[in-house]
Amino acid sequence: MEPTLVQFAPLAVLLPFFGAGFAFAFYRNQKIQKVITLVTLGMTVVLEVVLLAHVWEGGAQAVHLAGWPAPFGISLVVDRFAALMLVVSSLITLAVLLYAVGQGAAEEKQDAGPVSIFFPTYLILVAGVSNAFLAGDLFNMYVGFEIFLTASYVLLTLGGGEQRIRAGVTYVVVSIISSMLFLIAIALIYAATGTVNLADLAIKLGELPDDTQLMLHVMLLVAFAIKAAVFPLAFWLPDSYPTAPAPVTAVFAGLLTKVGIYAMIRTETLLFPGDQINTVLMVIALLTMIVGILGALAQSDIKRVLSFTLISHIGYLVFGMALLSVVGMASTIYYVAHHITIQTSLFLVTGLIERRGGTANVDRLGSLAKISPVLALLFFIPAMNLAGIPPFSGFIGKLGMMQGGIAQDTWITWTLVIGSVVTSLLTLLAMARIWTKAFWRKAEDAEEPDRLLQPRTLDLARAANGRLMPLNMVAPTALLVGLSLAFTVFAGPLMEFSRAAAQDMFERTPYLEAVLGEERVDGVREEVEDLAADIPDLDTHDGGEEEYAPVRTSIEPEEGDR
Amino acid sequence: MTVNLTLLIVMGVMFAAGIYLLLERSLTRVLLGVILISNGANLLLLQVAGRAGLAPLVQNGVESEEYFDPLPQALLLTAIVIAFALVSFMLALIYRSWVLARRDEVADDLEDQRVARQEAYDAEEDAPVIEETSEFIEDDPNEDYELVTRPDTERRHGTAPSSRTKASQDRRRSGSAEGGRTDEGGR
Repeated sequence: MEPTLVQFAPLAVLLPFFGAGFAFAFYRNQKIQKVITLVTLGMTVVLEVVLLAHVWEGGAQAVHLAGWPAPFGISLVVDRFAALMLVVSSLITLAVLLYAVGQGAAEEKQDAGPVSIFFPTYLILVAGVSNAFLAGDLFNMYVGFEIFLTASYVLLTLGGGEQRIRAGVTYVVVSIISSMLFLIAIALIYAATGTVNLADLAIKLGELPDDTQLMLHVMLLVAFAIKAAVFPLAFWLPDSYPTAPAPVTAVFAGLLTKVGIYAMIRTETLLFPGDQINTVLMVIALLTMIVGILGALAQSDIKRVLSFTLISHIGYLVFGMALLSVVGMASTIYYVAHHITIQTSLFLVTGLIERRGGTANVDRLGSLAKISPVLALLFFIPAMNLAGIPPFSGFIGKLGMMQGGIAQDTWITWTLVIGSVVTSLLTLLAMARIWTKAFWRKAEDAEEPDRLLQPRTLDLARAANGRLMPLNMVAPTALLVGLSLAFTVFAGPLMEFSRAAAQDMFERTPYLEAVLGEERVDGVREEVEDLAADIPDLDTHDGGEEEYAPVRTSIEPEEGDR
Repeated sequence: MTVNLTLLIVMGVMFAAGIYLLLERSLTRVLLGVILISNGANLLLLQVAGRAGLAPLVQNGVESEEYFDPLPQALLLTAIVIAFALVSFMLALIYRSWVLARRDEVADDLEDQRVARQEAYDAEEDAPVIEETSEFIEDDPNEDYELVTRPDTERRHGTAPSSRTKASQDRRRSGSAEGGRTDEGGR
């Protein structure tokens, strides 16, 4: 076999594992642990960027572990979507790690907890997430899920305080139930088809009777929806995430739910294409958006507000996924990448607010904008981005989804479009509330503000900033905010890339050919292409908006640009 | 594919009992429920392989249908190991919860309770703010508003409604619980 770059894809899983092993070995020496973890993650990022560059033009490629051909051995698949997810996830894990190191340095004196397990566990989490993104078969995906979930149990209950144990119990039980559902679904799928390979399943599942297909489909989606925190399976999230340390919450909120969404998108496009349950999915998407954001409005703890907005924005992703069009799917892919970054940076900023103001409860915060303009800016940009205010990437993603919804032109998609506008405005309200209370009002107006917020002079306050928010915590946060701005600046190429990824996913043949080889796919090519022909804007070579999207917007490229 | 009916029924009973136990409030029972369900899933995986057959080692002159399908057993072993790890972690959690709080129950979330107790009327956001229509007014129209947002010390002696003061005390209490939580926020 011709050795290509993609043959190194398993390293994306193996590197963090080896790193974790070494970090465990040096549990007595935190400095060495830090260096090992940083170097490992740095190498993973480089590797994944190389992989992304490799599939940017070429499309899906597969690695057959130990040389066993596809349906028999374990295969790892790198396609455009997976590569993008890998790069974004490892970038934010790296940024959060830098933040955690900074926080560790800042708290060295007062904290003597069992932190020697933090770094190795964190690496195992990264390995599990990478494995779930790369997995070419259902069972490997299950193993990936279990790896990162087990790591997340440990990270969530780090230190073993009463609060965290209480939150941890709920989280662990709910996650175990979803894993069990996933396992049962895998067993049933194997019983029905005799394979767990995703590409092989994509061909064989279509031959099953419709009701069997529906049952398997719904079981898989329910299992993933618990992980992705889709209403009504989302109530575990706001109870468990906010209790963890800030960096841990940030990485959980950014990544773990998105792995669930990733698996749902794979299920919808690769395994069960077609629109059997798309209307149901849209109703669920609407409920997720609205219930999530109403929950956010009732909270006063910033971390909990953000947890609820997280749920609500999962609704957008489900909406985009349920749209049977390239425009919808492309903006979903773009939005996933954007949302991972934005949610993580907001939680990191909240960590900074908590350190600066002594609490994350908005009722007790005030005058932060005056005390620390940098912090205000770092909060303001992602907050506006989350709400979808124009120049930012949140707006571009939402606009794409609405475009897809309007183009589909049924009552349910119109309802969803209106619902997403309302949700967006309510998100703005939730963010504006935090802004006015924590940043703009005077600290004297707050209920029992911390002494940190009431310095005698402004100079004293500014002096305290350096101590409470050291540069090595602010810099990674700023890095992430910068990354989220880059999503706006490079929206053109990224959207083009997402469109290509969405097209690949709907066509399915690139994925199947990469895994099974062309001869096997040739036998079923017609059926696969028949199914793909239902997608209205597939393969129009103009990105779809020419024939498909009737709504003209200013962000579309001009005629002369192509 | 043939399926062993006894195993299937046992699996069903395990799932049913497991789900019943999961719905209990006591953590130990929840744990037992998790164990039952995970073993039920393992049983299901076992049956997926179908009827027992020859060992899957290639022999000359044997039809492929006569071999036993080994893959589900490989999956099964992995699933057992994972379930074992999860159950031991749960046990550790439950023990820790018992050591810390002396109770073996799923506790309600504090913030949820606080939100449930919260009044629909929020003085700062919902108090009517009367717009000034004239430059020359003698009485300050926003006097009421100033009253409710004044710092606590003054309000206690002031004429603010007592229910409002109570609500703010409640909130303060939960706020201090919040502070305790953030203190332990390590890495």
